[in-house]
Amino acid sequence: MNLRTLTQILLLFSSLSILSIGGGNTVLPEMHRKTVDSYHWLSDKQFADVFALSQAAPGPSILIVTILGYKAAGVTGAILATIAMMLPAAMLVYLVSRVWEKAKDAPFRKAFEKGLAPLTVGLILASGWVMSQAADHDWRAFLLTGVCTVIFATTKTNPLILVAAAGLIGWLGWV
Amino acid sequence: MSNPPSLAELAITFNHIALASFGGGLSAWSREVLVAEKKWMEDEEFLSAVTMCRILPGANQVNLAVFVGVKFQGIPGACAAVFGLTLIPVIIAIALAYFYFQYHHVPAVQGILKGAAAAAVALTLSMVFKTGKKCLTGLVPVAFFLAIFVMNGVLRWPLLACLSLLAPLAIGWAWPRKARG
Repeated sequence: MNLRTLTQILLLFSSLSILSIGGGNTVLPEMHRKTVDSYHWLSDKQFADVFALSQAAPGPSILIVTILGYKAAGVTGAILATIAMMLPAAMLVYLVSRVWEKAKDAPFRKAFEKGLAPLTVGLILASGWVMSQAADHDWRAFLLTGVCTVIFATTKTNPLILVAAAGLIGWLGWV
Repeated sequence: MSNPPSLAELAITFNHIALASFGGGLSAWSREVLVAEKKWMEDEEFLSAVTMCRILPGANQVNLAVFVGVKFQGIPGACAAVFGLTLIPVIIAIALAYFYFQYHHVPAVQGILKGAAAAAVALTLSMVFKTGKKCLTGLVPVAFFLAIFVMNGVLRWPLLACLSLLAPLAIGWAWPRKARG
């Protein structure tokens, strides 16, 4: 661990933070290019594994940068990468949300809320669709997803119980 | 809402959301907790906040934590929410990184993650039913819903392209009119 690596971490992830329009996953290709090809912090295969880990681990999926920072510069690197990835974007959200709160009864806010609602639900379906292609590799996994969807949609089951049960099914090797 | 949640409550709530999302499905968990359980916001406000957080740069869930935190407690609230959302996940990520780079394989965990991921997808899909019930009430909103699903999900167009095409139309459609006809 040295100062040069830490500077690279800080500059790389704070710039990716501002560039990540549409969510953290949009800058993954750039993240891959820099950390694997330019800085040689880890190999191509390791990047793919680290991505899978970060998707499954609890919390925001952007915590892949925590793992990348760790590989580059230990725990200090991990913490620095995480803060660098969140802070610039968070400041922008702060500014926008101030405007939003002030406009409580403005027509544009009403139009935004009503108009964006069906689009957001469509985007949620889209991300479920994309996720299912990454997570469900065969018919048994699709079946598991289907059954769980029906249970979630029609009952008030605590999702944690179902996710744990599905994890158990996976552990037993049934999916 | 009479009493806005305290800083500690914000941190604990977002921590709860983060830890529940083992295997993915964080945004579905956010709705489950923020709208259904805590009733801190209505579905409409939640959905528009989610879309705004998607359009703005940054991780969607971190952005949402900032948004909700600011709404109730200003900057300290945003810090508390983000802190709650990320503290334990960061520790877990560092631990995973340590194990991964030390041993390179955690085979038992892979099976568990596979199953959990399938259920996490289900949680996201069920959110479509729960949030759709309220806003997909006519031909026009259903058309918007289907159009953006096909563009972003099936055709994989970039989010920004889909939204710059459809959002102006949707907002124009939803603009409050003085005389209802």
